[in-house]
Amino acid sequence: MRNRTNVFTNLDWVTILTYLVLVIIGWLSIYAAVYNEEHSKIFDLSQRYGNQLLWIGLSLLLALIILMIEGSFFTSFAYPIYGLIILMLIGVLLFGTEIKGAKSWFRIGSFAIQPAEFGKFATALALAKFLSVLGINMKDLKTKVTAIAIVILPIILILLQNDTGSMLVYFSFVLVLYREGLSGNVLLAGIYTAFLFITSLLMRIQTFTFFNKEIGGELLLIYILVALGAAAMYVTKKMKRLWIIIIAVLICSVGIVFSVDYVFNNVLEPHQSKRINVMLGVESDPQGAGYNVNQSLIAIGSGGFSGKGFLNGTQTKFNFVPEQSTDFIFCTIGEEWGFLGTFVLVSLYLFLFLRLIFLAERQRSTFSRIYGYCVASILFFHFLINIGMTIGLAPVIGIPLPFISYGGSSLWAFTILLFIFIRLDAERIYVLR
Amino acid sequence: MNNLSHRKYIVGAIFSIICLIFIIRLFNVQVVNNKYKLDSDNNVLRVITEYPARGLVYDRNGELLVFNEAAYDLMLIPGQLKEMDTTLFCNLFDITKEDFLAKYNKAKSYSRYKPSVFEKELSAATYGNVQDQMYKFPGFFVQTRTLRKYPKNNAAHVLGYIGEVNNSIIEKNSYYKSGDYIGKSGLELAYEELLRGKRGVRKILVDVHNREKGSYNNGLEDTLSVAGQTIYSSLDVDLQAYGELLMQNKTGSVVAIEPKTGEILCLVSSPGYDPNLLVGRSIKTNYPILTKDSLKPLFNRATMAQYPPGSIFKTIQALIAMQEGVITEQTGFPCIKSLVGCHNHPTALNVAASIKMSCNPYYHQVFKRLIQQNKVKSIFKDSEIGLAKWATNVKKFGFGGTLETDIPGVKNGLVPGVDFYNRWYGEGRWAFSTIFSLSIGQGELGVIPIQMANLAAIIANKGYYYPPHILKKIEGVDTIPNLFTTKQYVGIDSVYFNPIIQGMLAVVDEPGGTARRAKINGISVCGKTGTAQNPHGEDHSVFIAFAPMENPKIAIAVYVENSGFGGTWAAPIASLMMEQYLTDSISDKLKEKRILEANLLNVIPKK
Repeated sequence: MRNRTNVFTNLDWVTILTYLVLVIIGWLSIYAAVYNEEHSKIFDLSQRYGNQLLWIGLSLLLALIILMIEGSFFTSFAYPIYGLIILMLIGVLLFGTEIKGAKSWFRIGSFAIQPAEFGKFATALALAKFLSVLGINMKDLKTKVTAIAIVILPIILILLQNDTGSMLVYFSFVLVLYREGLSGNVLLAGIYTAFLFITSLLMRIQTFTFFNKEIGGELLLIYILVALGAAAMYVTKKMKRLWIIIIAVLICSVGIVFSVDYVFNNVLEPHQSKRINVMLGVESDPQGAGYNVNQSLIAIGSGGFSGKGFLNGTQTKFNFVPEQSTDFIFCTIGEEWGFLGTFVLVSLYLFLFLRLIFLAERQRSTFSRIYGYCVASILFFHFLINIGMTIGLAPVIGIPLPFISYGGSSLWAFTILLFIFIRLDAERIYVLR
Repeated sequence: MNNLSHRKYIVGAIFSIICLIFIIRLFNVQVVNNKYKLDSDNNVLRVITEYPARGLVYDRNGELLVFNEAAYDLMLIPGQLKEMDTTLFCNLFDITKEDFLAKYNKAKSYSRYKPSVFEKELSAATYGNVQDQMYKFPGFFVQTRTLRKYPKNNAAHVLGYIGEVNNSIIEKNSYYKSGDYIGKSGLELAYEELLRGKRGVRKILVDVHNREKGSYNNGLEDTLSVAGQTIYSSLDVDLQAYGELLMQNKTGSVVAIEPKTGEILCLVSSPGYDPNLLVGRSIKTNYPILTKDSLKPLFNRATMAQYPPGSIFKTIQALIAMQEGVITEQTGFPCIKSLVGCHNHPTALNVAASIKMSCNPYYHQVFKRLIQQNKVKSIFKDSEIGLAKWATNVKKFGFGGTLETDIPGVKNGLVPGVDFYNRWYGEGRWAFSTIFSLSIGQGELGVIPIQMANLAAIIANKGYYYPPHILKKIEGVDTIPNLFTTKQYVGIDSVYFNPIIQGMLAVVDEPGGTARRAKINGISVCGKTGTAQNPHGEDHSVFIAFAPMENPKIAIAVYVENSGFGGTWAAPIASLMMEQYLTDSISDKLKEKRILEANLLNVIPKK
């Protein structure tokens, strides 16, 4: 008993408070998004805000349960939980229900559960467990491969479900691996590849004229790369061992530029390529692929500095913005609360992320620290893609905004994800390593 | 701990940088950029125009002349279109599949969410057929509008027509918006502001499916539409119809005015057209046909055709001469045919007789006295002084300038003054002998039929007129514009009109008068014939008249183009019109039959 009371007195109330504020903001936004005069009762299970209230209640119960479970349970059962979720991900492929083209739901009565949402915390537990083994070194190839395998397995299963959005979230574990010793070059290489990919997408649709000669944008990009490579070799002519790296990077770069066409046309689905093109401004299609983002920007932009006021949003209330209580919930906030509202919300998220890093870093247990970084990274990646999408900085990928978007599965999954860490943090003084 | 802990700063920095980028972007989208706010209004705000019913028009006796008929525009919201039986649709609306696709694409390129007109002005019959089938075509709906209808088919030129406003009007007048209708001619144009009423505007909010979601700003910015005012025209539509009947197969015009009010009783321009031809979408096909017609049915001869006045002008010459004191009522002149050609008649011993016999040399001499009053030595200068004075006097009769009226587009005509001849011949190079043909209403003079009808009214009133107008009454308003109730004096003492009226009575009533055909049993008709010389062919037959002589109720001018002498055709038409108006019957059926059967469209032109 003494132990448990200590756990509760050691809870990080700042994080819990932030969580509660986000959940309340989320519920109010869902209420505003689907609000109409005919259904103004708060407890109305025929309306989304009624349902969400139910989900919130259940989430708080879930949070309470998790806080009462010993932290050692999660360390001990990390692999079994991971295994269970993997089985569920396989199961959903066989027995799942297809909703909006993704076969990723278990339907129980009128409710549907999405195992991929729960895969995130399970993978986080497994990864933390694996990387917290004494004496492990990220520099070992075997360690790298195993760590990546833990992450890749659910990625493949979710990809098979045709749920690209959820799949992408697993790439957020790269940040965790980086913190635990993965070379920074991997991050740089990722950023460099993305940059090259976007640049060649933008360049390949243009032609440039030099000395009365037309030259394709793609070819020009390759000339530039080669020129840069040559310049780098000239600068490093006294350190010839670097040349191999430079040449390797150059060959990879040229390969990426040439493969852009193939990836774009064969690997990506047509609607995905289109969304990327719309985001880059290569294509303008405000009635088709660009409709969501255009309407989303209109809703957010029309909010102005201080917003139209609670329940006064016209764009969201009249359904101009699609998916406005789930993926595009940020529009309702942008329209009704204006820049003040969005500023406060973004700041609140940043505060939560930094708070999680702070909490993770104060853990003596490696498991807890790694898990903490997993929580921060997963939440951040959702935040990055979701808000980036609504303001036209990221392609349209359907993933929820943590704690705010409508949906039971995602809210529960985020709650479990976060509160396991809060529990681990609460007993940090009792755990030596 | 381990040496990797510094990486927390890098992770934290990545989080912070992304949040900063988001905040900058949000500041740009929400605060700096205004585009999205406008787009937002475009999304949700629909301005619905409530078109008022255009005012009705009645004639002076309360007969309905113009009313509104419901028409149905087939509208389409492309975004709401679902799979449907296109063949059935095309059959119902009688369009081809290609048409359907073309119209659909046009609507789609305008907007997926806003309604566009798919098919304009379905008839009530078509709409009746399709009404119960409309549910099969989601995305299509029918919007009611009104079209002008003219139950009497008469007086097209007077009533005018309405059509869509053009860009130059929209630029000049902020009331009008693209697609609005506006009076284009006639009464519809003259009383546009009364007839159109006041447009109402309703601002509503709509959702993404274009469903109405309530009023904007609690309806504070909405305005109610006000129906157009009902107008009573001064026309007597029965007389108008009779005039159009008599003028069938003839070109020319008939204008009748009530002298004691200036109200236009009828204004016939022949050939005319059925006003219902220029309604709604039929205007597109019919207008070019009417424009190309060699007889120019759209041309309102009564207000726009310019002719020489011919002998009728002698009445004005005599009046001015008496007023100026260069002759008296009893002045006689010999018929000297060497001065100017004339027909055989007894010598005109006084003004009345000169009118009755329409003696040309008489007026040659009268005009000479008017022009050459020997005020200065030079006959050129003397003529200038005389002509200037004469032209001023003539213009007081409403000739050679804008005759105030409410009919749009009335031409001025021409009364040549000093400037005119100075330009024509050079200053000091003309005198009476150059311009003497003015004396008998020929030469450079040009008058408009409505001016001639007004002249008949002036003589009937013995010296004044009310500007002729087609407005009798605006419903709910006690007055009509001041202009139409203000007497315009022509500057001739009323006593000088007596010999003119006597002469005009004799024209009709006495043996040797030039218009015996205008006689009506039991009514004293005063008239004057004219033959307007026509360089392009046979002369135009002209007649003005008023009746009865005491207390005149109708003054009339009749022009029949290319039909020769005024007494032959214009006089009997005028007399039939006056008899119809005054007695509501025709006593001389033979006279009527002769006119009705006459076809003067193909008279071989005089060469």
